[in-house]
Amino acid sequence: MSRNDSIIRNIDWMTIGFYLLLVAFGWMNVCGASVTYEQSSLFDLSMRSGKQLLWIGISLLAGIFLLSIDWKLYDMFAYVAYGFWVLVLLATPFLAHDTQGSMSWISFGSIKLQPAEFAKCLTALAVAKYMSRYEFKVRGLKDFIVPFVLIGVPMLIIMVPQKETGSALVFAAFLLAFYREGMTGYILLIAAVAVFFFIFVIRLGVVPLPLGTGSWGMVISMLLILVIELFFMLTRFNTRGDAGKYFRMSAMIISGVVVLTYVVCMIVGIWVAIPYEWVSTGLVLLTLPFLIYSALRWRNRDLLILLVFVTFSVAYCYSCDFAFKKILQPHQRARIELLLGLKDDPSGVGYNVKQAQIAIGSGRLLGKGFLQGTQTKLQFVPEQATDFIFCTVGEEWGFVGSSLVLIVYLIFILRLIYLAERQKDKFSMIYGYCVASIFFFHLAINVGMVLGLLPVIGIPLPFFSYGGSSLLGFTVLLFIFLNLDASRVKKM
Amino acid sequence: MINDQFYKRRYVITAIVTTVVLIYIIRLFALQIVDKSTIGQAESNALLKQTIYPPRGLIYDRNGELLVFNQPIYEVTIVMRKLRKEPFDTLEFCKTLHIDTMFFNSRVKEIKDKRKNRGYSQHTPQVFLSQLSKEDVAELQESLYKFPGIDIRKRTMRDYKYPLAAHVLGSVGEVSQSDIDKDNYYQAGDYSGRDGIERTYERQLRGEKGVEVLLRDSKGVIQGSYRNGELDKDAIKGEDLTLTIDIELQKLAEELLTGKIGSAVAIEPKTGEVLALASSPTWNPALLVGRQRSANYNDLYNDPTKPLNNRATKGVYPPGSTFKTLQAIVCLQEKGITESSIYPCSGKGTKPITCTHFHGSPVNLLSAIEQSCNPYFWCVYRDMLEKDGYGEGNINFRKRYELWRNDVMKFGLGQKFSDSDITDQSAGSIPSIKLFDKIYGETGWRAMTIRSLSIGQGEIQVTPLQLCNMAATIANDGYYITPHLHKTDTFLTHRHETGFEKRYFDVVKEGMGRVMTKGTGRYLKLEGIVSGGKTGTAQAGKGKLEHAVFIGIAPLDEPKIVVAVIVENCGYGATWAAPVASLMMEQYLTGQIKRKALKENYERQILNANVKKR
Repeated sequence: MSRNDSIIRNIDWMTIGFYLLLVAFGWMNVCGASVTYEQSSLFDLSMRSGKQLLWIGISLLAGIFLLSIDWKLYDMFAYVAYGFWVLVLLATPFLAHDTQGSMSWISFGSIKLQPAEFAKCLTALAVAKYMSRYEFKVRGLKDFIVPFVLIGVPMLIIMVPQKETGSALVFAAFLLAFYREGMTGYILLIAAVAVFFFIFVIRLGVVPLPLGTGSWGMVISMLLILVIELFFMLTRFNTRGDAGKYFRMSAMIISGVVVLTYVVCMIVGIWVAIPYEWVSTGLVLLTLPFLIYSALRWRNRDLLILLVFVTFSVAYCYSCDFAFKKILQPHQRARIELLLGLKDDPSGVGYNVKQAQIAIGSGRLLGKGFLQGTQTKLQFVPEQATDFIFCTVGEEWGFVGSSLVLIVYLIFILRLIYLAERQKDKFSMIYGYCVASIFFFHLAINVGMVLGLLPVIGIPLPFFSYGGSSLLGFTVLLFIFLNLDASRVKKM
Repeated sequence: MINDQFYKRRYVITAIVTTVVLIYIIRLFALQIVDKSTIGQAESNALLKQTIYPPRGLIYDRNGELLVFNQPIYEVTIVMRKLRKEPFDTLEFCKTLHIDTMFFNSRVKEIKDKRKNRGYSQHTPQVFLSQLSKEDVAELQESLYKFPGIDIRKRTMRDYKYPLAAHVLGSVGEVSQSDIDKDNYYQAGDYSGRDGIERTYERQLRGEKGVEVLLRDSKGVIQGSYRNGELDKDAIKGEDLTLTIDIELQKLAEELLTGKIGSAVAIEPKTGEVLALASSPTWNPALLVGRQRSANYNDLYNDPTKPLNNRATKGVYPPGSTFKTLQAIVCLQEKGITESSIYPCSGKGTKPITCTHFHGSPVNLLSAIEQSCNPYFWCVYRDMLEKDGYGEGNINFRKRYELWRNDVMKFGLGQKFSDSDITDQSAGSIPSIKLFDKIYGETGWRAMTIRSLSIGQGEIQVTPLQLCNMAATIANDGYYITPHLHKTDTFLTHRHETGFEKRYFDVVKEGMGRVMTKGTGRYLKLEGIVSGGKTGTAQAGKGKLEHAVFIGIAPLDEPKIVVAVIVENCGYGATWAAPVASLMMEQYLTGQIKRKALKENYERQILNANVKKR
């Protein structure tokens, strides 16, 4: 009894408030997206609006239950639960029915559950438990091998046999939490650079060069690598004394050689077709011996890292091209091509995205009002109650409503970060960061997709998208953290 | 709180989250506030604006007799999806509609072709066959339950109570692309008045289309009305129209002209109301309605007798001797002669135009009109033009000619009635100084050169409508109201004064009276009614019979009707044109024809067996 009292006293009611606000507003939008013109009641349990209400009730009960148990149990059973759930994930494809190509749904009678939705929470507990061990010290990347394996296993199972690329991608959210715990920021930076290179290679890969053979994609990417290389040489190393002089001189010589090579190529190009892609790649590769020599001469390890970066970048650019054309499945390639503006075909691949933007755009400033949206109600937007639920927000509540939702989400996530930071034990703090990162990733990927800023990746918008598994999964994820937070006083 | 070396990274993470949300809000702003194209796209997605067609206004004659009304027609529609999903007996369907399966298949192909049928959806009804009569669909109506996806829809089309007045009424047909470009009221597939009254009064007759805004889902299935019909608009029925035509008179005119090429126009002079406007050959207006419209139109178009040509308003003829009435008034006014001037009918100075009738000589004006004395009018014309001599460089003569021309045009000749509601007019021609200067040189033409004009021959060209209006001006002692077809008082303001003195009209009317008692019209007296008239036999060119021309006024003292009749290439005006006018005056003034023998005799005389009513 005293335990429950302290829980109620110490619980973060602000987060509960945001949670209830988002769930309630989310339900209104599920109504807007799923109510048809013939339907009489929003509470009809055979309809989506009614079913979602039922799931909200179940989630609230689950939340209360998760708050009321002792926080130590979460720590204690973190590995067991994780291990058990990996087995469930492995078994899922064998028990599942093919749902639009996805093998991630298990039916219990009329209820369908997606185990992947709960994997995030259990992985977060396991990761938090491992990283909060007393022996866990961050010295380098190798300390993160076990956490990477912990997130990699469910990610792979979900991606390959379950064929749920979207849900698997969300596990990348853990990188943000790792970063907070000391993982080098280069990983995030490299991830960002990798995305940029990918876009360059693919997007500009279809723009032919005005001279010679080949396209802009590879040439620009190679030049970019050169620029990064020179930039590091001029800024990151000793800029004073002999070393500074040496690197300034070298940078000038390298730039001169590059410019000269292109000029010669253009002149020769009058008679012979020049493969500029190979020329550019050659120029980058020519700098590698120079880097090795400089590293030896100045005994600088950072130069070797730069060497690795350049080598991997070149290899990455070539494999991007290959991966895009050979490894990605046609529908995934089509989504990316659409996003990069390589295809404009509103009645084909781009239909979903185009319709989503029409629905959101037609909401204007104040929206069409509750249940008044025509685009979503008349099913012009596909997956309108699930992945594309934000269209309903945009159409029925306008710019004011949809930006308010985003702002509430922002405050909600920032609040979670604040809560994580105030934890007194590492387990709770790491778990808290995992929770915040997962919510952020879902928000960023889902809304980015609906707004046409990211490729179509089918993941739900937490608390808004129709579906019991995702609502229950997010509730569990959040309320475990709220329990940990409320119990922080006793942990001392 | 745990103090650790990575403490500051919370700010990086906060910044990342905030930046992403900020970018998304900017994107929302761009989509929802800046970009305005999405509203229209959303509407065209979800809203189906279904047009409700109003019934066209009805058309009545001057006595309230219904002339044009609407009849229901039927369209067979088809919902392709239902056709595919459920068993459909194509063979039996074709049998009930009396079409063959080849036609069925090609029609289905046409409907599905999105280039030809832009609004195609397999969920909504598409027109399979249109403009069917009740009889056409009767069989299908009974067995409709056998054919899922097939429905019968009702629209209206024109129907006519009388097979008359085709030129006046005009017809209704599908709008052309240029109509749509000019007036955004129209959409492809709409109907509008193509000619005649239907065209002139299109705006009144068409009413206003209504619209029903329906919600349509992504599959094209109708989901009900939008905002409870807040944006719906009822169709407004077209205004009814009362014409100035007397259908009985029109009927008589058309009957009399059957078998002849020509036209008859009757006007109530006090009001300018056109009582009858007949052009022969003509057709039954019901031919240009419905599915047979284009085939029938082609037949009419290719007919060598040119029935589509409205000769009453578009045909131009020399007025012949009927022009002498106007000539007399102009010459009296411009002091060429006086009421008592006399000229010899033969002898020196009367040449070169000889008289066609034998009568005493010399004659005064009244006798000259009564006997249609050619030499008299030539002398009168010459004296009027030469009043001031020829002058330096022919200047005085040309000035006099210009004066004459202006006077003649005051009667409505040589120009279209631009303020009238009668479509398809010709201007006719009263030759200008310029024309003669061009042919003869400025000093090269004299009264002698243009002598034919004195008796309504030569370069002068008038339409039967203008001729009738000229008669109306004489009947009104010097003014006319623009001839028109819509019975409304607003036309009374369209009054055109000639400015001639009334006494000149009295003299001419007296002369016209004498034509009907002693002159060329003496066999066509009306019982108890004093009428006036003037016959004409206008030359039609070498080797062709003359056009018979007649104008008449009745009653002469208080004119209620004036008539102009022209029958092409048949001979004397008294024989071929006057009886038509006389019978029309009898019909209009007494409401019946007592001279049945005259009518039957005239009708029996078929001039051109090729001319028949279609």
